[in-house]
Amino acid sequence: MDTVAGIDALLFSRIQFGFTIAFHIVFPAFTIGLSAFIATLEVLWLRTKKTHYHTLARFWTKIFAVSFAMGVVSGIVMEYQLGTNWSRFAQIIGNTLGPLFSYEVLTAFFLEASFLGIMLFGWNRFPPWLHTLACIVVAFGTALSGFWILSANSWMHTPSGFAMEQGITYPVSWFDIIFNPSFPYRFTHMMIAAHLTASLVVCATGARYALAGRFMPEARTMLHMGLGMLAVLAPLQAVVGDLHGLNTLQYQPAKVAAIEAHWDGSRPAPLVLFAWPDSAAGRNRAEVAIPNLGSLIITHDWNGRFRGLLDFPADQRPPVLPVFFMFRLMVALGLLMIAIGWVGAWLWWRKRLVDARWFLRPLARAWPLGFIAILAGWMVTEIGRQPWIVYGVLRTAQAASPVTAAQVATSLALFVLVYVVVFSVGVWYIGRMNGSGPQPALPGPETLPNRPLAGGRPAPPARPQVTP
Amino acid sequence: MSDPAYLLPVILALVLGVALSMYVVLDGFDLGIGILFPFFRDESARDQMMNSVAPFWDGNETWLVLGGVTLWAAFPKAFAIILPAMYLPVLVLLLALIFRGVAFEFRWVARHHQRIWDGAFAAGSTLAAFAQGVILGGLLQEIRVRDGQFAGAPFDWLTPFAIMCGLGLVSGYALLGATWLLMKTEGEVERKVRGMVPALLAGLLGFIVLVSVWTPLQIPRIAQRWFSVPNIVFLSLVPVATAFCAWLCWRGIRHGRSVLAFAAAVGVFLLAMAGLVLSNMPYVVPPVLTVWQAASHPASQLFYLVGAAILLPMILAYTALVFWLFRGKIGAGEGYHA
Repeated sequence: MDTVAGIDALLFSRIQFGFTIAFHIVFPAFTIGLSAFIATLEVLWLRTKKTHYHTLARFWTKIFAVSFAMGVVSGIVMEYQLGTNWSRFAQIIGNTLGPLFSYEVLTAFFLEASFLGIMLFGWNRFPPWLHTLACIVVAFGTALSGFWILSANSWMHTPSGFAMEQGITYPVSWFDIIFNPSFPYRFTHMMIAAHLTASLVVCATGARYALAGRFMPEARTMLHMGLGMLAVLAPLQAVVGDLHGLNTLQYQPAKVAAIEAHWDGSRPAPLVLFAWPDSAAGRNRAEVAIPNLGSLIITHDWNGRFRGLLDFPADQRPPVLPVFFMFRLMVALGLLMIAIGWVGAWLWWRKRLVDARWFLRPLARAWPLGFIAILAGWMVTEIGRQPWIVYGVLRTAQAASPVTAAQVATSLALFVLVYVVVFSVGVWYIGRMNGSGPQPALPGPETLPNRPLAGGRPAPPARPQVTP
Repeated sequence: MSDPAYLLPVILALVLGVALSMYVVLDGFDLGIGILFPFFRDESARDQMMNSVAPFWDGNETWLVLGGVTLWAAFPKAFAIILPAMYLPVLVLLLALIFRGVAFEFRWVARHHQRIWDGAFAAGSTLAAFAQGVILGGLLQEIRVRDGQFAGAPFDWLTPFAIMCGLGLVSGYALLGATWLLMKTEGEVERKVRGMVPALLAGLLGFIVLVSVWTPLQIPRIAQRWFSVPNIVFLSLVPVATAFCAWLCWRGIRHGRSVLAFAAAVGVFLLAMAGLVLSNMPYVVPPVLTVWQAASHPASQLFYLVGAAILLPMILAYTALVFWLFRGKIGAGEGYHA
């Protein structure tokens, strides 16, 4: 077999796809939430004429521009990689999934990309209503893009509305393909996750400025809007996550068994708080568990039974270890988000928010929580689907391209090198823009001649700071 | 011949052709700006060049994404053969587009490291153009296929012909970029570009002649199509029209009619593409897969077409709106006119 360092093209392709999509997923998730936030700020500004809304919208648009560019370039890679590395998948599934991706481009990408120009460069050139409209269109486009991608991804988990002929899928019902059984849960779960992620970045930024005593009107708005979203959406996400779990139990029982590290399906499941799942032995080591609670959560019945991993042939069990731990990480972060939202809301109600330094200090550092939760959740759902690329229809091992291991090893090495350099520089630039803060002085085209007032234009000198 | 299984793939091949033509023309001029970047050392000239495409490049590049998904949705068998066959050039294209794409934003926030991202923009644009030409050249040569899968070696595409196609596309995009700058800039940049355009036009024409001679010599199937009677009568219209467009472009440059120069350069480009299509139709992977053999299920094609029929006119409308909103020249040391 053709290998490099003992690794074949398939495994290299799996690593490469996992690596490139892990980098990609955080940018769209962030920009879906952020674009809705910016559009909201612009509408608030149009209605109230309060300048700090406008200042904030401009500030976040700069950060949006850099994040969006990174999402766009890493997204093109995803599309073409389906052909270069997964050509058998592309061919077998093309009839059913190809049109969904086309609809994403036709309905969403062009909308975002075209109105982005107005959003980034139209501040002083167009009337405010047109600019606000462009922001709303961009926000709508990013959400619509999520709709199609989540539909395609859900179909890979719960395929429906298709038939097979000579090993190729054919569409039978487009409605059933698009609105497949897990789609409503996945789409809602991901959209809320995107808004939670952006809200955390926004209120962490607000906390940072409030602690420093800088940009106070803007800081207050960011804290209120960010924490308000967390207080409402984080508990809602727990409910949606629970419904999503019931759906997964129905359609992907092996994934639920792996999430719970539940081996023996003949007995009620405990809630495993900690364990080291041992796939070879078919049991958990060092298990700390609460009896029957697992059954209650999963089946909503104290003595409910659901299938354990041993009920599946060994070649149809997903890798247990990452699924088990990543799920716990995601849930823990979700609970933390609920706590942040509710404590923040309580402080806000007591009018003590901006003085509660004990709360603002950790909050200022909480910005990555949403990104980590999204990556963890993504790993749970995608690794939990293995060994299938399309659940029950096509195995990952049968989906790869007829290319050599050396080619994929080369591409993987280059992607790692380029992504690490380019995206760490990008994130560093975002951090720097975030540190310099919103600039209330609005320079016109005359004062900043070198650019049509773009997203990432150089910031004018910062206002005097109260504390460093 | 009103059988949908016959007609649908033909219509979809046209849609694919439209998507790729839009891409080549639109991203062609903004990649061209990057290719011309090294000839302008002055940062304010570079600002001006980049500003002339900054509001549009993202929309332009989306046509490449549409081209990719159209190929996949409409002709999945071709998608599954072409991309593995072109693994390394596609990799170069993607990495180049990453550097070029982020440079648009990074360049403005980088402060002291601006020149690094200038370099990334120039190198990324040039490499992306070159890789696209190589992919085109590789596709025109025969791809080895067995059992509906790519069955060649990693470097099958690497031939002098493919390299020449790569260089040809770089020179062509540079011409599109230069004529775009004639329209959209003024002052020093416009003056300098005006001096460069005739050489770029001559360069592109040289490559077109070279490809036109080389292709039939190398591929008898194409020679047969062009030089048999009566085809030669109709097909000779293509070189005649190309020569006419080139003459219009030259006149446009000479008389300072920059819109004419740009439109004529686009015309030369589209005619070159038409020549390629005429040489290779009805193949989508010449000469092993026709559009009918590569086509997806009729229900998939129909579903795609319904969306395209409704949405493509809308996309064209708001794309035109954005170009109109940002119309006019951008001068040295200034933003867009209000």
